[in-house]
Amino acid sequence: MRTRERIGVGDALMLLPALFIGLFFLFPVGTVLWRGLGGEGLDAVFDLAKSPRQRDVLWFTFWQAAVSTALTVAVALPAAATVGGLSDRARRFVRSLVTVPFVLPTVVVAGAFDELFFATGLDTGDFRLRHTVWAILIAHVFFNYAVVVRVVGTACAGLDGRQAEAARVLGATRWQAWRAVTLPRLRPAIASASAIVFLFSFTSFGAVLILGGPKRATLETEIYRYAVSRTDLTRAAALAVVQLVAVLALVAVSTWLERRRPATTRMARPTRTLGSRPGRWLNVGMATALLGAPLAVLIERSFSTGTGYGLSHYQALGTRVRQLPAPATTALWNSLHYAALATVLAVLIGVVASVVVVHGRSGSRRLFDLGLTLPLGTSAVTIGFGILIALDEPPVDFRTRWWIIPVAHALVGVPFVVRTMVPLLRSIDPSIREAAAVLGASPSRVRREIDLMIGARGALVGGGFAFAVSLGEFGATSFLPRRPEDLTAPVALFRLLSTPGDLLRGQAMALAVVLMVFVTVSVFVIESSRGTAEGSL
Amino acid sequence: MLRVDALTVRFGDVTAVDDVSLELAAGERLAVLGSSGCGKSTLLRAIAGLEAGDGTVSVDGADLTHTAPDRRPIGLMFQDHALFPHRTVEQNVAFGLRMAGKKESARTRRVREMLALVGLEGFGEREIATLSGGEAQRVALARALAPAPKVLLLDEPLGSLDRYLRERLIDELPDVLGATGTAAIHVTHDHDEAFAIGDRLAVMHAGKVLQVGSPGEVWAAPTSITVARVLGHTNEIIDGVTKVVWRADAMTIDPSGPHQAMVDRVHFRGVDHDVRLRTHDGRMLRFLLDDPPAAGNDVRFSIDPARVLRFD
Repeated sequence: MRTRERIGVGDALMLLPALFIGLFFLFPVGTVLWRGLGGEGLDAVFDLAKSPRQRDVLWFTFWQAAVSTALTVAVALPAAATVGGLSDRARRFVRSLVTVPFVLPTVVVAGAFDELFFATGLDTGDFRLRHTVWAILIAHVFFNYAVVVRVVGTACAGLDGRQAEAARVLGATRWQAWRAVTLPRLRPAIASASAIVFLFSFTSFGAVLILGGPKRATLETEIYRYAVSRTDLTRAAALAVVQLVAVLALVAVSTWLERRRPATTRMARPTRTLGSRPGRWLNVGMATALLGAPLAVLIERSFSTGTGYGLSHYQALGTRVRQLPAPATTALWNSLHYAALATVLAVLIGVVASVVVVHGRSGSRRLFDLGLTLPLGTSAVTIGFGILIALDEPPVDFRTRWWIIPVAHALVGVPFVVRTMVPLLRSIDPSIREAAAVLGASPSRVRREIDLMIGARGALVGGGFAFAVSLGEFGATSFLPRRPEDLTAPVALFRLLSTPGDLLRGQAMALAVVLMVFVTVSVFVIESSRGTAEGSL
Repeated sequence: MLRVDALTVRFGDVTAVDDVSLELAAGERLAVLGSSGCGKSTLLRAIAGLEAGDGTVSVDGADLTHTAPDRRPIGLMFQDHALFPHRTVEQNVAFGLRMAGKKESARTRRVREMLALVGLEGFGEREIATLSGGEAQRVALARALAPAPKVLLLDEPLGSLDRYLRERLIDELPDVLGATGTAAIHVTHDHDEAFAIGDRLAVMHAGKVLQVGSPGEVWAAPTSITVARVLGHTNEIIDGVTKVVWRADAMTIDPSGPHQAMVDRVHFRGVDHDVRLRTHDGRMLRFLLDDPPAAGNDVRFSIDPARVLRFD
């Protein structure tokens, strides 16, 4: 009888993502490694170990990521449990709401916190938060709150509430039932979320750069300092090598944890007994304060004209100021334009890559799995730095082309597409594919009719994330030399924020609010198209 | 019409389907009865081309052994229906027609016809997620029948339904298959379902087909104790080296009868009663009686020798 063939994916199909990732990711990152490990580079790596400042930077990068993770889990876990007990519709709304901070441009958030510290008098004095570790930690909790709520909240909703109920009926208190039954089943989700938060905090760039002040440095900001401010590329490459090795180890741990996380079933009945009523209100209060306060201050400041409220800061966005090479509105227009392009690229590459990851022959599958998790973990800074030093000579002298910006953004966005699509494709019951085959669909037809159609929603969600992320992308973009007219909104915002004095702050706040509105709209579009499909992120 | 010859499917060391040969005439319904894990689902999957094995499968004389599932004139209705969640009812039913390259007008007509056949007129626009279990089952049936396969394979199609729906669909399924004249193999673990749906019955155990015949023949005269057990006969008595099975309809209450037992429990079934007796040596026997004795009493009874099965 015929042997059942694996749904094979044509080699031509894989060529597109392979070429793209090869040229714009592997080649630049390889060049970083080459520079960092070859010739005097290796000496530079060893020099790092000898320099007390670099040892401090490395140590600080690690511990601030660890503390950020612990704080985020501690703050967001009760909220995740509450979210898990909500009805589907309410849960989706809360998920959208907490996801806005997650995709907000780091520059916007850093600006908002900076402004909050000014407004509350925490910028100077004994209880100063501005330019302290605390500012960085709080911002990291702000960004990553959504990761824990989404990953753990989804796991909570997928839990069969009857097991905790069984424990209650057998005499356990609410707390005992939670400890003994619910928590162990959430542990894989918590571990997986923690790994992601740690990775994000470890590679955090904009928040550290702006909120940490000139003295605080992590590996990321240090790479930036050497590459852009001091143009010591060898030292920067050495730092990037250290960063890459650390991040690869983290990605390996995160992938391993992700594998162990069981897929949530939609069959389970959620319980409504998680969390008492006052506990729930406490959660809502904390989340509102943490997530809402900086954004509220941001909005208030953007309208405040000193003598009252008005739109003058928004109107000023149209005129060029000395600190920017182009008006802020041009930057906004560029960002939208780049984000649209980056999204199309990320979706194209991500969809093909996801299909290969799920259905490809085992060799190419593993290669792609790895090749795709790399950009996920590799920081935007490393990607930007790699492009800066690798794509600078003919025939690949691309770094000054305007389109290298959306390409870099697409690299940052591809993992989002893959991460939403792969679980969706994996969740397709194999008997559905068999049903299609028995009804007369050839293997390639099955892939088109079933996998691509069902995966389309994942592609849409991932594409939405890619769009939002591109709108706010700062790390990679800040490395790329641009023509003045190619300025992006986050970079413009960073320039405005780093200008001393109050003169441009209002305009910065207005620009931040506009960016925030764009991102918020795309998040709600994402969530409404997501439907009941709850992927990992 | 359908011919399966010496079909064997192995998974590693396990032989799921062991040298099975079957024949199916045009328009005939064959029920395959077996307990879970006996290999009946694998048998269907191999006939559909979803599972590889040794042996041959042919339809109308055309050898299909090396034909891909999408090229076989065979339909399969899955245990959990396997409806396409991203498509409406109409799109599900039309899928096979689309794959066959049918024109849209022909598709629309056929879909309407099929939905009417399974009693789901007006359900075309519904989303799959909104269907009840019984409705999903009917959509799956309509979808499998729409491309007019020569043979339809049904893999425990009623397994996930509640009793009331099952009984209704057991009643309707032969009519629907009869209306389209489709030959069918219906796999089930439930002997009532098998009796009701099959023109013929094949009893399967441990990958082998042990007996094939009309449901009446097979029930009345199982060829082995294993077949008798699969059919639901429970009254096993060892008589020397011979195993004897008293059919559930073999007993009559008879004050002068040769056997005596205590009435352990009487269970009302509607038309008749399921009576459980405990013999003096502790054996449990079950019979179906219209007029049951009261529980707790001793009864004498006789056994109709024509309703006794003997296995050497």
